[in-house]
Amino acid sequence: MTGYLADVTALARKDLLVELRSRDTVPAMLLFVVGALVIFHFALPEDSSRLAAAGMLWIALLFTALLALVRSFVAEREGTVIDGLLLAPCDRSAIWLGKALSVFAFLVFAEAVALPAFALFYEPVTWELIAGVALANVGIAAVGTLLGAMAAAARARELLLPLLFLPLAIPLIVGGVGATLAEDPARYLGFLALYDLIFAILSWASFEYVVTE
Amino acid sequence: MLLIAGLGLALLWAPEDADQGPSQRIFYIHVPVALTAYVCFGWAAWKAFRLLWKRDERADLESYTAVHMGVIFGVLTLVTGSIWARISWGVWWTWSERQLVLFLILFLFYSAYFMLRYSTEPGPRRARTSAVYALFGAVLLPVSFLAIRLAEQLLHPAPLFNRDGPQMSGSMFFTFCVCLAAMLTLAAALYRIELTGKRVDARLRELREALT
Repeated sequence: MTGYLADVTALARKDLLVELRSRDTVPAMLLFVVGALVIFHFALPEDSSRLAAAGMLWIALLFTALLALVRSFVAEREGTVIDGLLLAPCDRSAIWLGKALSVFAFLVFAEAVALPAFALFYEPVTWELIAGVALANVGIAAVGTLLGAMAAAARARELLLPLLFLPLAIPLIVGGVGATLAEDPARYLGFLALYDLIFAILSWASFEYVVTE
Repeated sequence: MLLIAGLGLALLWAPEDADQGPSQRIFYIHVPVALTAYVCFGWAAWKAFRLLWKRDERADLESYTAVHMGVIFGVLTLVTGSIWARISWGVWWTWSERQLVLFLILFLFYSAYFMLRYSTEPGPRRARTSAVYALFGAVLLPVSFLAIRLAEQLLHPAPLFNRDGPQMSGSMFFTFCVCLAAMLTLAAALYRIELTGKRVDARLRELREALT
């Protein structure tokens, strides 16, 4: 068990260190999400309710997450690092968990900027929103990492990943927006937790099948 | 044969529904088509599971064909549902109809399945990846349904219209069952035809590669 956790930590640290040195994904995510929030101001009519603003925030977060996911597998593909990882004597699902953790970290960094920006431009940020965002991050990281591995084997991978991801992201959006807006956010947060549980287990179990040659 | 019998019954024999008149008859096509689509996706997921669990390579083609059937019937569901909506409520599309929204999501999901298959080089990797994706689809079905229900309560409250439930009189129910059986048989027949075609195709390709 400790071997597994050590593998996962090592893999997640690798991704984070690479990002720290190359600094290409997270700054792009930050700029993208703030830029998206600004565009939404021009896209929404003058007297839009907070309902529309909350919805737009979730869309911005979703597409920023897609950026992170596409990038997270590009490096592996180009350097054929994935072959090295597969040869390593660790459980394949540890690769998934390590990657998902690093994607989660990138999302947290991006949201640390996006949520204050949202509070500045539109609406104050509530605890339910933060909880919803945290839960949704888990789902995005889990499912997105698996789909990223699927798409990495394909030809038009930057196009394929968003295509594969969006239908699976619909429940996340429902849960997230619900948690932000409803009078009874607990139900939506519970739904997000359920989604996370189901799809995290499914992704964890099936990663090996997707990534083996 | 069954299909003709089913259609004949639906159009001629079943009593007219009091609320909606002749337009209600499309119900006999729409719901069986929807149920058949679900069965196809379920079958695809089962075959996908068998591929991964037993490493039965033949199951890849079976799963793929089942998804194809499912998408065809899914599109039919959306189209017949749209026609029904037009006749019943005057609009081509309504977000309040949960089943239709669910089918829209599934349609997007399984269309991406085909994109996945066409973008990946053929081989065991593609088979496995497609199988995992088909399994995700089966899990997505109930999760999406829950999501749609939650979304309705929040942002898209259901209007006053209500769909016919399964409360049907005896003869209507019989017609419904015949239509359902007809649709399932049609799906099974198409599935078999397509599967055989694909298997022959694959065999031909193998032979051609072996000869060159």
